[in-house]
Amino acid sequence: MGDLPKPDEMYESIDHTPPEEEWEKIESPITPGRYAYPAKDKNLSIMEFRTPGEWSPADEEWPLPENWQQIIHEGFKERLEKYRSLKIFMDTCVRCGACADKCHYFIGTGDPKNMPVVRAELLRSIYRNDFTTAGKILKKLSGGRELTKEVIKEWFAYFYQCSECRRCSVFCPYGIDTAEVTMMGRELLNLLGLNINWIMEPVANCFRTGNHLGIQPQAFKEIVEFLCDDIEEITGIKINPTFNRKGAEILFITPSGDYFADPGTYTFMGYLMLFEALGLDYTLSTYASEGGNFGLFTSSDAMKKLNSKMYAEAKRLGVKWILGGECGHMWRVINQYMDTMNGPADFLEVPKSPITGTVFNNASSTKMVHITEFTADLIRHNKLKLDPSRNDKFKVTYHDSCNPARAMGLLEEPRYVINNVCNYFYEMPENTIREQTFCCGSGSGLNTEEVMDLRLRGGLPRANAVKHVHEKYGVNMLACICAIDRAAFPPLMEYWVPEVGTTGIHELVANALVMDGEKERTTDLRFEPLKEEEDEADEG
Amino acid sequence: MNVSYLYSLLAVIILGLIAYVGAAIGLESLFGIVIPYLAILAFLVGFVNKVLDWAKSPVPFRITTTCGQQKTLDWIKPSTIDNPTTTRGVIIRMLLEILLFRSLFRNTRVEFKGEKVSYKWVIWLWLFAIMFHYSFFVVVIRHLRFFVEPTPFFVNALETVDGMLQLGLPGLFISGATLLGATTLLLLRRILLPKMNYISRAADYFPLFLIIGIALTGIMMRYFTKVDVVKIKELTMGLASFHPGIPEGGVSALFYVHLFFVSLLVAYIPFSKLMHMGGIFLSPTRNLANNNRMKRHINPWNPKVKIHTYDEYEEDFRDKMKDAGIPVEKE
Ligand code: HEM
Ligand code: SF4
Ligand code: SF4
Repeated sequence: MGDLPKPDEMYESIDHTPPEEEWEKIESPITPGRYAYPAKDKNLSIMEFRTPGEWSPADEEWPLPENWQQIIHEGFKERLEKYRSLKIFMDTCVRCGACADKCHYFIGTGDPKNMPVVRAELLRSIYRNDFTTAGKILKKLSGGRELTKEVIKEWFAYFYQCSECRRCSVFCPYGIDTAEVTMMGRELLNLLGLNINWIMEPVANCFRTGNHLGIQPQAFKEIVEFLCDDIEEITGIKINPTFNRKGAEILFITPSGDYFADPGTYTFMGYLMLFEALGLDYTLSTYASEGGNFGLFTSSDAMKKLNSKMYAEAKRLGVKWILGGECGHMWRVINQYMDTMNGPADFLEVPKSPITGTVFNNASSTKMVHITEFTADLIRHNKLKLDPSRNDKFKVTYHDSCNPARAMGLLEEPRYVINNVCNYFYEMPENTIREQTFCCGSGSGLNTEEVMDLRLRGGLPRANAVKHVHEKYGVNMLACICAIDRAAFPPLMEYWVPEVGTTGIHELVANALVMDGEKERTTDLRFEPLKEEEDEADEG
Repeated sequence: MNVSYLYSLLAVIILGLIAYVGAAIGLESLFGIVIPYLAILAFLVGFVNKVLDWAKSPVPFRITTTCGQQKTLDWIKPSTIDNPTTTRGVIIRMLLEILLFRSLFRNTRVEFKGEKVSYKWVIWLWLFAIMFHYSFFVVVIRHLRFFVEPTPFFVNALETVDGMLQLGLPGLFISGATLLGATTLLLLRRILLPKMNYISRAADYFPLFLIIGIALTGIMMRYFTKVDVVKIKELTMGLASFHPGIPEGGVSALFYVHLFFVSLLVAYIPFSKLMHMGGIFLSPTRNLANNNRMKRHINPWNPKVKIHTYDEYEEDFRDKMKDAGIPVEKE
């Protein structure tokens, strides 16, 4: 984070006053700190995208194919024919401005092209010019403009400054979802081979090795065993999870971020400890070793390719149903796309908790259950022995990840779980949680170092709300159910509210979980003492 | 500051003058008969075309924007309207959007207050929009008296309520004044608020000026210049019964300006953002139930994609898997 301004300087510098120049006339959209490195050919070719060779967005001349205009025009046309959403969102916006200040990137940068309405206009202006009667006759008067190379640069700049979080769509009187517009825009850029490596590399990795991080099967197993050693050290209990085991009742899939780096790893340990305490008949898979799906940020075809592994593996292993870990966009894919793309999952059974007997009718078609739904049900039926005081050093607040909130509605389950495993829980202000939640600033494949300026700015609304509860209630732990959050929050908090840590919910669950035969715990999953020893202030 | 509203204002003034002069130099049939018919035709053809065009594209995925708790475990109360799983829930959600502009009602404004970023609830846009649309609606219904004989009972009833204030003579209709007021407020919002001004273009100002023009000419005819309503009704009834004609002795040129503005607005709808009136019904983030995990949604063009199968994967890693003791299909 070398040359970043100090937090108060960054905060002071944010100005929402629009510039003098109309947005159509602002040139050079490529700003350092706000663009990610382009996708490498080796990754693009694995996914069968065009390979433009070495280039940088900062280059004057971009490596566009000869007939780039035709490619975009035809690609646009094809998508209009395939998606009613695109047509409706192109035609109905009245530019009422309701969405303008709802985007965390606009709030944090003040850049007018980060207003959702203008972001969509970047595409809409071309739509008007090329596909509407009024645009063809009235040209600029109807808000149309010609497709130029400058427009392509602008698309690249601003469709990769949208985290597809859908907050804008909550406020739009017509439900216009700028995330959908961004997704279409990114698909069009893909046709030219213009993508970012932070997305394309995970996609290519996942295609080949089964997970975004390119972790090979034997390494996956080693990592998990290593985490199990840690669990043994903390609890005295030895866990032996199985891999690719046929005939297990449940296939458990979670994002690879959960077993790759802390604090995600603590959440992963939490899952394993929970399953062990229950004696659950489950298996992990090395082939379906990724819950997340960066294909969602690439194209619907890429998303389908990566997602296909979940059902394929469930079928091969002959499990009854699938349990999914804590991840945001993973659940957007599972809830809104998986069954449609890769279903029907008629080889699976309607999920039923083997512990409580609860049948998850809400997942009767996809056959996939969210872990907080599963755990909330366990707690409700008193199946877990919990000692929430083991989390007493944490004053917890909860961040609703965008996708579970706005593309699913998973709001109460995580809260119920937290309230049962922690004694101190505080909500952030109303306009920043639940369906109005703010993105971590790094969603949709933007969690890379080179866009740190953008991430810190985009994360400001979230961080500022955390700061509020930190100051008001002494909150020192931010809980979330998303692997990207768990990677994005540590640097974000470090910058804006350094006193606050990041955790997954199942880390908190496992801290509180009293397992049969465990030794007396002296540390939490992070090997830190259960109680803050040097805390001189009297505990309330 | 962006002054593109001046173009729209100028355009509307010029269009008004054209109609005024046109009517005065004897082109009454053009402005009183031909253009209104063409406008209606453009509206019908354009509107139907647009809706059919939308309908032609499928809805491949169910992409509901969920604004409340999902339906899961029995003991967790689902938000049946903001996150509907049934058709009934969807219908209520849509009715609330269409009749009460519910999403707009959520509007907030971001403010940096000292070290805090705050989000204040603001209802102005919602309020102006509601005033505008309902007064517009009432005005349209009231105008049925010019096209249907005998005047339908509900038009009379509406007029009684609308004229409740009993101000002046002829009595003031609340709807007309509200329409003018609300449209003006929406316009001022666009011109004066920096962000609104920044995103507004000629195409945003044009319908507002046009509607202000319609309301102004209407109000002038009713309260100030006192046009001959009987003759006007003769003309409009002629249009409605497909026996068009220009009444003996003529009508005030102001009326032709009014009618021309209305014709322009009606013809303009299908080719502009005013199609939001149709679009809202088809918006996939609002009109679909969030029941994806319960009921399979079909994508008619669901593509066949090349996937990396388990067998191919095992080919790549078999030895490593065997060494690590991970079961494989082919030993
Ligand atoms: C059904 C749900 C509808 C919603 C939620 C809705 C919402 C809105 C909103 C938010 C505006 C923007 C105001 C502004 O900032 O300028 C607007 C403008 C407008 N609407 Fe609607 N509207 C709806 C239906 C209709 C219908 C049925 C009509 C039929 C006449 C209509 C005609 C207009 C007109 C003429 C404008 C002003 C044009 C403009 O602002 O450019 N709307 N509407
Ligand atoms: S809220 Fe919707 S209609 Fe209003 S400007 Fe934004 S996208 Fe357009
Ligand atoms: S989807 Fe999120 S990031 Fe994208 S424009 Fe809307 S609010 Fe901004």
